[in-house]
Amino acid sequence: MSNASLFDLAEGSSRRTGSPPVVALAGNPNTGKSTIFNLLTGLRQHTGNWPGKTVLVSSGSYYYQKQEYQLVDLPGTYSLLANSPDEESASEFLCFARPRATVVVADATCLERNLNLVLQVLEITTSLIVCVNLLDEAKRKKIFIDIKGLEAELGVPVIAAVASRGKGISQLKEAIKKMVEGKTCVQPRSITYDPEVEKALQQIEKQIAGKGGAFPVNCRWLALRMLEGDAGLLKKAAEYKNLEEISVWGQNLPKP
Amino acid sequence: MIKMTDLPVRARGRICCLAAEGTMRRRLMDLGFVPGTEVETVRRRPGGGLAVYLLRGTMIALRKGQSDYIYIERSGYFE
Amino acid sequence: MGAKPAEAIEAGPEIIRGTAGSQDLSDRIVQTLYQEAELIAGKVVSKKAAGVDWDRRLDDILTSRLWGYPLMLLLLGLIFWITISGANYPSELLTRAFFGLERYLGQALLWLGLPDWLYGFLLLGVYRSLAWVVAVMLPPMAIFFPLFTILEDLGYLPRAAYNMDNLFYRAGACGKQALTMCMGFGCNAAGVISCRIIESPRERLIAVLTNNFVPCNGRFPLLITVAVIISGGMVLKAGSITAAAAVLVSVLIGVTATLMVSYFLSRTFLQGMPSFYTLEMPPYRKPALGQIIVRSIMDRTLFVLSRAVIVAAPAGGLIWILANISYGDTSLYGCLAAILDPFGHFLGMDGIILMAFILGLPANELVIPLLIMGYMATGSLEDIHSLAALKNLLVDQHGWTYITGICTMLFSLLHYPCGTTLLTIYRETGSFKWTLMAFMLPLITALMVCGAVAQFLYLF
Repeated sequence: MSNASLFDLAEGSSRRTGSPPVVALAGNPNTGKSTIFNLLTGLRQHTGNWPGKTVLVSSGSYYYQKQEYQLVDLPGTYSLLANSPDEESASEFLCFARPRATVVVADATCLERNLNLVLQVLEITTSLIVCVNLLDEAKRKKIFIDIKGLEAELGVPVIAAVASRGKGISQLKEAIKKMVEGKTCVQPRSITYDPEVEKALQQIEKQIAGKGGAFPVNCRWLALRMLEGDAGLLKKAAEYKNLEEISVWGQNLPKP
Repeated sequence: MIKMTDLPVRARGRICCLAAEGTMRRRLMDLGFVPGTEVETVRRRPGGGLAVYLLRGTMIALRKGQSDYIYIERSGYFE
Repeated sequence: MGAKPAEAIEAGPEIIRGTAGSQDLSDRIVQTLYQEAELIAGKVVSKKAAGVDWDRRLDDILTSRLWGYPLMLLLLGLIFWITISGANYPSELLTRAFFGLERYLGQALLWLGLPDWLYGFLLLGVYRSLAWVVAVMLPPMAIFFPLFTILEDLGYLPRAAYNMDNLFYRAGACGKQALTMCMGFGCNAAGVISCRIIESPRERLIAVLTNNFVPCNGRFPLLITVAVIISGGMVLKAGSITAAAAVLVSVLIGVTATLMVSYFLSRTFLQGMPSFYTLEMPPYRKPALGQIIVRSIMDRTLFVLSRAVIVAAPAGGLIWILANISYGDTSLYGCLAAILDPFGHFLGMDGIILMAFILGLPANELVIPLLIMGYMATGSLEDIHSLAALKNLLVDQHGWTYITGICTMLFSLLHYPCGTTLLTIYRETGSFKWTLMAFMLPLITALMVCGAVAQFLYLF
């Protein structure tokens, strides 16, 4: 599967109403993400290498109420900020390909750890659905999750699931459908960092917005990545969007 | 303040700082070894090697080479 | 909640830097995220005091210094036993089915009026190899891989990696190599693919190059058969417990070889520092049985069938040609075997065994039928249906001794990877140089070890 095609896939779907919407599946490793992916796509899936990396990515499709959806199973990662190839690939996809909906699968038995990724994805996209999986295991360890409470805290839909038994899957499909159709009302939790950090972020965001014009990428996320010292992300942006100016500028960014 | 490597089994502590730089620092933080986090040593192998730590509800095994970079303030025992 | 970063850093040892600049800022970003996560989790997660932490208790046993290894070996032995005994009947069924089909195909070919040699080439060469590989390969794989996946889903594998980590660390390799090695028991090609879980390129290469030393399912029959025969007729029936034990012993030798060669590589061609390595120990969980089994079996079936077609079928053709072109009064095959004979004896084996291994390059399953074909000097792959008859062929008619048996087993264990694995290595590494290395390294190891063992044993 070529890089170009994966991205065209996602992009095309956001422009052409004919092609099936792309939904990204993200989450920590070991959360049952693959189970959910398999349950949804069944045999209609295909695994390949992320181009130029040894990162595996699977994509497949499923039908719900006569509408086809394309599902991309991103590599399992703990975060999107570090620099391993897995995390770069996932971050790039979410950032540049902008799927119509993103599902983050979280493990109910260690929710706190998983929320780290959820919050990061929330910085990239607001079309987020959180799927809390492995609730049966959590129950076994006497851990209980207040799903409605979590929904209120995060401001995005949260689905409870026990994927190994197929529970919650139809609710998930319904939530995806609503999200793709734009019928979901989201009030995503906004995260405020240190005053110093916020100042740095705003400075960078202004510069990115200034150079890019109609830059269709989430500026705040780019700014966050840049503070991580990841000027490479802008280089990638240039590959896909023909924004060489920004990438060169990015390399000379004065450190705050 | 002690290195996490020297935190005895069943003892708890809070991470106060990381001495690592660059990629290692990021990786450790991504796993949850962030200043302010409570950590407990679950198991050690005599003679070095991997030791298992419990933090944020997850058990993670680290080598001495990595746990040497994490500094802990003791805070009591886990019964 | 926690010390302020700047203060903590000032209070810490001098080696901690990062007072100003993007590292400090990026640290704070990560910390803020974690603090938010803690905040939210504090509100929505409630945990009743769990009575006993079973996960921990289980780990205390499974990763203990005393019980860890024995339990691991026991588990492995159990898996081998289930694989071997479970695969017996289906393999037999498949063999009979293919044999029956062969007759029909044979009649069809005759009716088409094909020349003799084409008939032989297609039916006795290509078709038979294909049939053999599928019948011998498919059932064990269809059992082993689901079992392995269940183990993975259960959450046991990280514990196994934890147990063996020290060994691999001291060999200069990555602890995750323990897992890729285990995958290699099912199929070395699958083991090589699984090396993707190792991030550091250097350590991944070590894992890939040494994956071959653990016997794959395809080598089990040879190892079992030879082990049983040379155990001097004590246990002539290949009881499945003996079989599993034979495999286990071979595996232990294979693991030792893996560690030693990894050590060698990390001191010579693939030097470098051990990489950042962490192992997450997920909670134990009930595996979703139904799904796993179906997926696993389907994946395996497709893989084996495609491999049989691509690799074994042409090999079968070649084998038939060699066995049926006459050179003087024997076949080309027999001729080559005779040439190799002295070298074979030096290694504790003979020419026919070496030919079997050479032509068994495409698929390890072909080695036994090639042996039989070579000894019986027939023109095509045969099977012998009773172990007693096989013993008679090897020991009584062709002078196999315990030295022959041991060296054959060692060679099978250590020699070069099969064709599919080599192709996979080439695909994964993208480098011809390393693929060549993957071929030469085990071969040289096998030659050295067999030569040494043979010469040593000849002294008695």
